[in-house]
Amino acid sequence: MLYRENGQFKTSYRADAAVLPIRQDRILMGVLLAFAFVVVPFVGSEYAFRALLIPFLIYALAAIGLNLLVGYCGQISLGTGAFMAVGAYAAYNLVVRVPQLNFLVVLVLAGGCSAVFGILFGIPSLRIKGLYLAVATLAAQFFVDWMFARVKWFTNYSTSGSVSTAPVELFGMVFESPAQKYLLVLSIVVVLTLAAKNLVRGHVGREWMAIRDMDVAAKVIGIRPVYAKLTAFAVSSFIVGIAGALWGFVHLGSWEPAAFNLNVSLRLLFMIIIGGMGSLLGSFFGAAFMWFLPILLNQLPTALGLPLSTAMIAHLELMIVGALIVFFLIVEPHGLARLWAIGKEKLRLWPFPH
Amino acid sequence: MSARNLPVTLLLAALAVGMVLPLAQSGTAPGFWLEVLIGGLMAGVLYALVALGFVLIFKASGVFNFAQGAMVLFAALAVARLSERMPLWIAFVLAAAIMVAFAWVVERLVLRRLVNQEGVTLLMATLGIAFFLDGFGQTVWGSEIYRIDLGISKEPMLVLESVFQGGVLVNREDIVAAVLAAGLVMLLALFFQRTSTGRALRAVADDHQAAQSIGIPLSTIWVIVWSVAGFVALVAGMVWGSKLGVQFSLQETALRALPVVILGGFTSVPGAIIGGLIIGVGEKMAEVFLSPLLVQAFDLAGGGIENWFAYVLALLFLLVRPEGLFGERHIDRV
Repeated sequence: MLYRENGQFKTSYRADAAVLPIRQDRILMGVLLAFAFVVVPFVGSEYAFRALLIPFLIYALAAIGLNLLVGYCGQISLGTGAFMAVGAYAAYNLVVRVPQLNFLVVLVLAGGCSAVFGILFGIPSLRIKGLYLAVATLAAQFFVDWMFARVKWFTNYSTSGSVSTAPVELFGMVFESPAQKYLLVLSIVVVLTLAAKNLVRGHVGREWMAIRDMDVAAKVIGIRPVYAKLTAFAVSSFIVGIAGALWGFVHLGSWEPAAFNLNVSLRLLFMIIIGGMGSLLGSFFGAAFMWFLPILLNQLPTALGLPLSTAMIAHLELMIVGALIVFFLIVEPHGLARLWAIGKEKLRLWPFPH
Repeated sequence: MSARNLPVTLLLAALAVGMVLPLAQSGTAPGFWLEVLIGGLMAGVLYALVALGFVLIFKASGVFNFAQGAMVLFAALAVARLSERMPLWIAFVLAAAIMVAFAWVVERLVLRRLVNQEGVTLLMATLGIAFFLDGFGQTVWGSEIYRIDLGISKEPMLVLESVFQGGVLVNREDIVAAVLAAGLVMLLALFFQRTSTGRALRAVADDHQAAQSIGIPLSTIWVIVWSVAGFVALVAGMVWGSKLGVQFSLQETALRALPVVILGGFTSVPGAIIGGLIIGVGEKMAEVFLSPLLVQAFDLAGGGIENWFAYVLALLFLLVRPEGLFGERHIDRV
């Protein structure tokens, strides 16, 4: 009854092209953002920030990046972890070598490095697709794992091979407390999500989707596959690279190359499958699901009085995730986001569906 | 030689020259070079075993089975744990039965429901199967390191002592593995060429719809081919497992077999074997002879280029010849 768009007439093109065309959605989003920006920093515990919210947000950002490539442009990638690693190490090297640089500039440059890298490994996508491309991106993954572990310059000749960073400093403010870090990450995620949303609504996004749906037909109507695919790789890696830099600087603080291994890539892919391919909202759902599931599995049995061993939890997680992937691919290929959309559709008619 | 074959020939020639080059250097003893070569060939045989599983399933169902590695691990775990309680051969038969049951379940629950989907969707589905199988296998069988004892002595043999100074060290296990792999390939070739089921499998591989229209039951064929792939995984798992111990990392070793399939071609059984040998030898040679040079030149913190060498090789192949050495040329029709 509350969620109904009766009487909301669009009288201008601007209103028609709004990101959230329905008033209730706008109110909901406003409340959600206000809650996230104003209320959460005061009520959240340190554990909630450190272990739940910050990693969730960063993963969601990376998932958005991957979703642009896989969900919107249809180019599969198993090398997301590598692009995150490039972002993280680029940011590290910039901070170490050019310390006076503003952290936001560092982030953008790190994203840029990752984008260049993405274009480089996206070039094979011009000739090959599907599982061949999956192998090409796997090559990126293994090569990057090796590169950051072995080439000493990237880790600034640290003896252990791991790197560590000082807390982020921005405009004279040091982001040390979990609440501050949370706000930093949240702001970046909101800005980039909005940018991504507008990209996929615009002509670039439409080109990507045309390529995804049928590349030959897209070519026929005048879309340049080279341009569309490489921009998808570039934008996707840019966002993923920023997510990687945030993951390293804000969440981990110190890390080694194994922090961005193949497992991360697969996890991100699963996030967008479960959350919903071709949906930005789905990226958030998927990230939340994949990040909170193990934590839930850790705590729920103990709360119920059935403590499981750590190994058992890890195996259970693998089984649940694996089974859900297959389930979603068969039953609902558009993931949780589609379920959400169906729910909204139902709500519009509720309580009189006829 | 057609122009199409030129880049591939050049690439292969470069590889061959790279392999022989260390011999020309004064510092390398021919015996040592031969040892590396044999080690590479043996690793290649193992890669080929895993790659065979990929090829079989891809040929018959067009699915790129990412779960092959998980299947290897699962089968190896099954044999390792069962053989603790019973003789090895009963454990082997039981494990084979389990792999058949697994094939049936996969066909029933997954493949049947994803008919006519795009290759990428199926690929992601097998990723899900791989995750599930990893978790399931370790829940059922345990997650420590287990041993499979094939009853072969671990003592390396010295051969050709009279030809080279110091002779050449060869692992007995490697020889058994090579013989096993060769036997398995012969068996598969016979199965494919001489039995009616094999003929049906080839028909399905050729053209799904035509095969179905002359009365070949697709779902049965899929169960059979996944069972065969499971059996191949079982053999691979036993050989790998007896060499390295049965543990989670077996999975990742199977991932190394992926470039083999690219190199050899997705649809070619001989391609899987020759690709496996090329990658095995190339990887070992690169690690032993190229990596010290790289370490010296770029001041690296250790070699380990075998982690990506095969993948980069596969990437080069993808650029010049996406269908691989022996694969069928893929032509898109609109």
